[in-house]
Amino acid sequence: MKQHRLKRLYGVLFIVFCSALAFVLVYFAIRDNVNLFYSPSDLFESPPQGRNAIRAGGLVEIGSLRRSKDSLEIEFIITDLKKSIAVNYTGILPDLFKENAGVVATGYFDKNKMSLDAYQILAKHDENYVPKEVKKALEK
Amino acid sequence: MFQALKNFYHKLGSFPWFYKISGKVIPIVGFFSILLIVISSIWGLFFSPTDAVQGDVYRIIYFHVPAVSVSQVIYYSMSVAAGVFLIWRMKMAGVYIKSLAPIGAAFTFIGLLSGAIWGQPTWGTWWVWDARLTSTLVLFLFYLAIIGMQSTFASRKSADTAVSIITLVGVVNLPIVKKSVDWWNTLHQPASISISGESSISSEMLIPLLLSILGIYLFVFFTGLLFMRAEISSREQNKEWFKKLSSNN
Repeated sequence: MKQHRLKRLYGVLFIVFCSALAFVLVYFAIRDNVNLFYSPSDLFESPPQGRNAIRAGGLVEIGSLRRSKDSLEIEFIITDLKKSIAVNYTGILPDLFKENAGVVATGYFDKNKMSLDAYQILAKHDENYVPKEVKKALEK
Repeated sequence: MFQALKNFYHKLGSFPWFYKISGKVIPIVGFFSILLIVISSIWGLFFSPTDAVQGDVYRIIYFHVPAVSVSQVIYYSMSVAAGVFLIWRMKMAGVYIKSLAPIGAAFTFIGLLSGAIWGQPTWGTWWVWDARLTSTLVLFLFYLAIIGMQSTFASRKSADTAVSIITLVGVVNLPIVKKSVDWWNTLHQPASISISGESSISSEMLIPLLLSILGIYLFVFFTGLLFMRAEISSREQNKEWFKKLSSNN
């Protein structure tokens, strides 16, 4: 490569390097907030301070879902298969919400009871796509 | 072999050569891209099986995945062009970036929009500030910056230089878009298609998806050539070769 082009190549690499450095610095500044939610283990390890709303995420524990008979109130347990926290919520649920499926709940955390008073429930679905008929056949 | 590649590279930089060849390629690529998009859409919307968890709403995958996938590939190719422009001063690279940026922006927008429409019934929200969604929005903003910057310079050369630099600054965001779902807790799920390992989407759903991806890639190839020809005609309209060409027709 000719001398002047080599020099420009270094210029190009320098731009990419500086930009990468900027992204890394931003990442270090916000690294506690990059994750969308805390897992139950995170919450046990370092319970959030203050009165701000937090998000907790994991799986809805099998057999933990309780629905109220005369209102939209529900209770369930979020687990990451190591630790678990209780969640209560009143309102409409997304289509994919069910036991043993991923969930992200936003709300106020009670450190003493290790429970979350949620005002928003989001369903998290996994990367698996299986035809309905195949799944039925597998379950038989 | 190396010499042939080098010759091809030099030819690629030639406006008259590109104009002639692209004129022949465009109808063929256009035909196959439309054909594939029609086939994969019908296959995906009516014939591929219903998903066990999501039901029929998952069918938006046949638009969402091709759009976001091609929007990232376009940006990667634009940053290669940006490097070529800055190092070799190849004018064609400037034409490439200017022509492909609006296409990339359009597909990023389609990806964000289809993702929001998909997210509302399944996740329960249109938008959430998780790492995947936010980094994709950043990608969209880089596209807008590249488009906006084109017209803020008096000379074509300084515009192409500045745009190339901005493109290179944004390329760092692409690995973040790709790996965000693996590195952090996000609402968006990890990738379903894997090139090296086994895909986590059943083959009956995967085949129309791969066809739709191929269709969109060809469509971008098709529109990219069209836009580049238009850009070349506007830049070269006073040149001898272009006048000769238009007087012949």
